[in-house]
Amino acid sequence: MARMTMIEALRSAMDVKLADDPSVIVFGEDVGYFGGVFRCTAGLQARYGEERVFDTPINESAIVGMAVGMAAQGMRPCVEIQFADYVFPAYDQITQEAARLRHRSNGQFTCPLVVRMPTGGGIFGGQTHSQSPEALFTHVAGLKVVIPSNPYDAKGLLIAAIEDPDPVIFLEPKRIYNGPFAGDPHGKSVPWSAHPAGEVPEGHYSVPLGTASVCREGSAVTVLAYGTMVHVAQATVDRMGVDAEIIDLRTLLPLDLDTIRASVEKTGRCVVIHEATRTSGFGAELIAEVQEACFWHLLAPILRVAGWDAPYPHAQEWDYFPGPDRIARALQQVMEA
Amino acid sequence: MAPRKPASAAARKSTKSDIAEKISEFNKEQELNAYREMLLIRRFEEKAGQLYGMGFIGGFCHLYIGQEAVVVGMQMALKDGDQVITGYRDHGHMLACGMSARGVMAELTGREGGLSKGKGGSMHMFSKEKNFYGGHGIVGAQVSLGTGLGFANHYRGNDNVSLAYFGDGAANQGQVYESFNMAALWRLPVIYIIENNRYAMGTAVNRASSQTDFSQRGASIGIPGLKVDGMDVRAVKAAADYAVEHCRSGNGPIILEMQTYRYRGHSMSDPAKYRSKDEVQKMRSEHDPIEQVKARLIEKGWATEDSLKDIDKEVREIVADAADFAQANPEPAVSELYTDILL
Repeated sequence: MARMTMIEALRSAMDVKLADDPSVIVFGEDVGYFGGVFRCTAGLQARYGEERVFDTPINESAIVGMAVGMAAQGMRPCVEIQFADYVFPAYDQITQEAARLRHRSNGQFTCPLVVRMPTGGGIFGGQTHSQSPEALFTHVAGLKVVIPSNPYDAKGLLIAAIEDPDPVIFLEPKRIYNGPFAGDPHGKSVPWSAHPAGEVPEGHYSVPLGTASVCREGSAVTVLAYGTMVHVAQATVDRMGVDAEIIDLRTLLPLDLDTIRASVEKTGRCVVIHEATRTSGFGAELIAEVQEACFWHLLAPILRVAGWDAPYPHAQEWDYFPGPDRIARALQQVMEA
Repeated sequence: MAPRKPASAAARKSTKSDIAEKISEFNKEQELNAYREMLLIRRFEEKAGQLYGMGFIGGFCHLYIGQEAVVVGMQMALKDGDQVITGYRDHGHMLACGMSARGVMAELTGREGGLSKGKGGSMHMFSKEKNFYGGHGIVGAQVSLGTGLGFANHYRGNDNVSLAYFGDGAANQGQVYESFNMAALWRLPVIYIIENNRYAMGTAVNRASSQTDFSQRGASIGIPGLKVDGMDVRAVKAAADYAVEHCRSGNGPIILEMQTYRYRGHSMSDPAKYRSKDEVQKMRSEHDPIEQVKARLIEKGWATEDSLKDIDKEVREIVADAADFAQANPEPAVSELYTDILL
């Protein structure tokens, strides 16, 4: 076992796959020589050569479009979009080509493609470097959507994503690249080396896509979260002393509804948390699923804590961010109902 | 819209050597003006870098130091009503457009006195009054918008031009070529200014671009282009005069490749290890745009070390005042999160 940050764990996943499968290649903007803007691919070009780990021009649409062509020929491209906010030129290729190739070719062609991208806020990035666009992808049939919350899962999920026969949108919460985040920007930063999930095996392992993780057991209320918000939820629950069960979804599509259902049937209460804007966010889908599956077990309305329906702000990041106070209020409201 | 006469005649008319010959000396007033404007940008950016280091500015902050001659030279050729739009390395453009140092700095620190009331930050600022259409954080996205600005001028039949600035990295974006084609097809008065500072973040131009002569990027669709020494404000001004005349006369778009250099990293978090210290030092000592003007001013007896120090002092006062304002000014009210989203 080694101690790794999420960045190192992601790099290790690509390293493992580049080593054991010659059809895997890694490319994107500043990914090769520079090693990635967040350093996720640092050293990989030196190890595997410019033919397998390389830089592209700033061409998101062509990065993904070419990757679809490579994947249709049986290669396994793992591409990086530098920020999730930059993915929109590639949205056409992702939704209309990558996601549908299997279906419209009657299964003759598949698209084993991974599109990695840093997502979310908390780094003072303003409106074009902080967005959480996961719901734009969960709305598309034919995609898998993954968001890890710690180094161990990040590596295992990325290996599973690269080995998956279908296109995977792999969102990396950039706020927690270097350590978990309790939601207080002025609080002491904790490195991953001090966190149990910072222990990561050096070699090959995978965390299956479509499986959620119960990261805190409890019986009073179910909290559904993913990415950065898992840690904010944990810190809030610890502070309040609530007997909450926290589920880290890890994969949004396919959704592990069995784990969610078992928990809500036990607790009868549910709070859904995400950073993305509230309206038509993934929380709406979660609430719909939970009420359909668990309606007769519910003791209170399901509440959402989400980003406000406003562009991600520059000046008021921590008013926008669904932090501990807002989560605490929602938990209290659901518990008292 | 019906296609108009092709622009190929205009495309053939200009060559690199044509423009090189047109570089004329500045008079005293122009030299002093260029000196002061460039110095303001440099001192402002140095202060922004300091405030970033002190934690007053967070997130993304891309400094323009080294590239000052480009925007200052271009601005000298414009007239009232011409529009400017650029990417995220935008502080210099805003100052050159006459936007207040206080307003820009307070936007960097996210305060209510910022040009976008703290909502936009370093990359997203605007001024309707100064015809500055932003600061855009998405690489290359502003190029199509700049083309639309040119369309509006054309549609309204005025003789204004739009300046669409972007970098060597953005020059590879697909929408740039979609815009080029439409601008050429409809002969829109757009000056595409490619600020080639040699590095798209950490990627050198020759590692991301097959054709590194950016002035020729419009060749296949008949857009003429000029390669310009972007470190020499006189060369920039000469190219700007030519390009502005070209557009105002109804000849359609034109491309200016500004060969320039940024001294600092791509952003504040970039240690710039992809290039040597010698390379940066060589540019600073041999091609610095401000030092070039300073040397000419002194050589011609138009200024002395002392009189230039007075300009520096005056510029430093403007910047210090902006920095004080940007630190003391309050943050916007939380209710501002929900203003100016929809009417």
